[in-house]
Amino acid sequence: MLNVTDLVVNYGAIQAVKQVSFEIHTGEIVTLIGANGAGKSTILQTISGIMRPKSGQMTYLGHPIQKTSAPKIVQAGISQVPEGRHVFPGLSVQENLQMGAFLRKDRSAIKQAYADVYQYFPVLKQRRHQDAATLSGGEQQMLAMGRALMAAPKLMLLDEPSMGLAPIFINEIFEIIKAINAAGTTVLLIEQNAKKALSIADRGYVLASGHIKLSGTGQDLLANQAVQQAYLGG
Amino acid sequence: MQTIGQQLINGLSLGSIYALLALGYTMVYGIIKLINFAHGDIYMLGAFWGYYVINVLHVNFIVALLSAMVFCALVGVVIEAVAYRPLRHSPRITALITAIGVSFLLENGMSYLFTANTRNFPQVIKTTTWHFAGMHISNIQVLILGTACLLMLILELIIKRTKMGKAMRAVSVDPTAAQLVGINLNHTISFTFALGSAMAGAAGVLIGLYYNSIDPLMGMTPGIKAFVAAVIGGIGSVPGASLGGFIIGLLETGVQAIGLSAYKDAVVYVVLIVILLVLPAGIFGKNVKEKV
Repeated sequence: MLNVTDLVVNYGAIQAVKQVSFEIHTGEIVTLIGANGAGKSTILQTISGIMRPKSGQMTYLGHPIQKTSAPKIVQAGISQVPEGRHVFPGLSVQENLQMGAFLRKDRSAIKQAYADVYQYFPVLKQRRHQDAATLSGGEQQMLAMGRALMAAPKLMLLDEPSMGLAPIFINEIFEIIKAINAAGTTVLLIEQNAKKALSIADRGYVLASGHIKLSGTGQDLLANQAVQQAYLGG
Repeated sequence: MQTIGQQLINGLSLGSIYALLALGYTMVYGIIKLINFAHGDIYMLGAFWGYYVINVLHVNFIVALLSAMVFCALVGVVIEAVAYRPLRHSPRITALITAIGVSFLLENGMSYLFTANTRNFPQVIKTTTWHFAGMHISNIQVLILGTACLLMLILELIIKRTKMGKAMRAVSVDPTAAQLVGINLNHTISFTFALGSAMAGAAGVLIGLYYNSIDPLMGMTPGIKAFVAAVIGGIGSVPGASLGGFIIGLLETGVQAIGLSAYKDAVVYVVLIVILLVLPAGIFGKNVKEKV
């Protein structure tokens, strides 16, 4: 579905991503794990068209996307749930969701999308008229995911969805990621919580200082000694 | 009591024009954090457009007003695309200086093309003055206040209810997240300039009717005062800009009424200083901490 080949991205003067290659097949949950500053978020921003690669190729459903603008990426079916939620304060929960469907025209499909999101996250329905800024961190994470779902993505990019959340919310969020995937959306998940991410992932890549160090199935990486020592706390 | 009532009416009609202008400053600042110093000159262009279409094409007030709004919206969009968009990623001061440059270009360009002479704005609506409880209220004042309030109401509905209005608010609070949901930044910014400039164009036609004279430098002082109004209300806040406009209008007429006409501009700036000392973010402004 998405093939990334020899991707190089500069972040200011720093080369944040150095010759990274990975692929995502339709229907999978793929995770990129690695320490803070390994270049994970930069990769997602580049796929979403917010940052531009210095070199390398990205092909999505057979089309090159390294020069595609951010709105066109969303239109093509790639939605991102950014790190730190980034819901729109001052807009209500429902208006935030409406923005998620910004590029969609089909009213009945949008209506269905609201219903789906409210089914995944009933709390959002309760709070739909509330200012998004008044939600708790966990609820904002749900709203950010709901907003991405409103675009009916084929591929969902999730950047650190568990960051800063209480354990009860983390479990809920990961259950919902599995449900979203089971409903047909391919998932690329970035996590510092490597254990949790690998446990739900079909495959994973380990990223360190801008390079892919290891790759394998989620279970293999969980069992891998080097991964355990570096990322899973022994 | 009559004097107070009279000044209240004068202040509200003048204030509504400042409010229309202040809205453009605050919306543009809200979305690209730029003080568009050329905004007052767009108001001047609106007044000149009104002057020409009324004199040459003999249109009525409504057509003059609406066509000036459309014309100014286009001018605003072109200015943004040509002058500000290439500087989107430059330091803010670069764009600010460019805005001052655009302002000079419009003022001097218009002086060159149409001479710097003051012209009489055609009185497309015959002025009648009503006497009510000892106060003089002209139909022009009522028209200005009514038109301005109607436009502000429409603007509020656009910002609050329409999809583009919501996109504007989304871009102003978080441009990156807005792009991630598929909002096109350039389109949204153009839309904002169009709305703000249309309001300025309407204000230009209204002031022409009110003061009966226009010239290429007419945008300077009202532009700065409307900017002050936007700052007093809390720059970036739409209701704040409207309120700030009315405050400035009432202040000015009030100061004139007590016989201090010569100090009316000074008083506006004194009030600005006092408000900024007490409420640094303005009346409706949010105290946003810079993220480091």
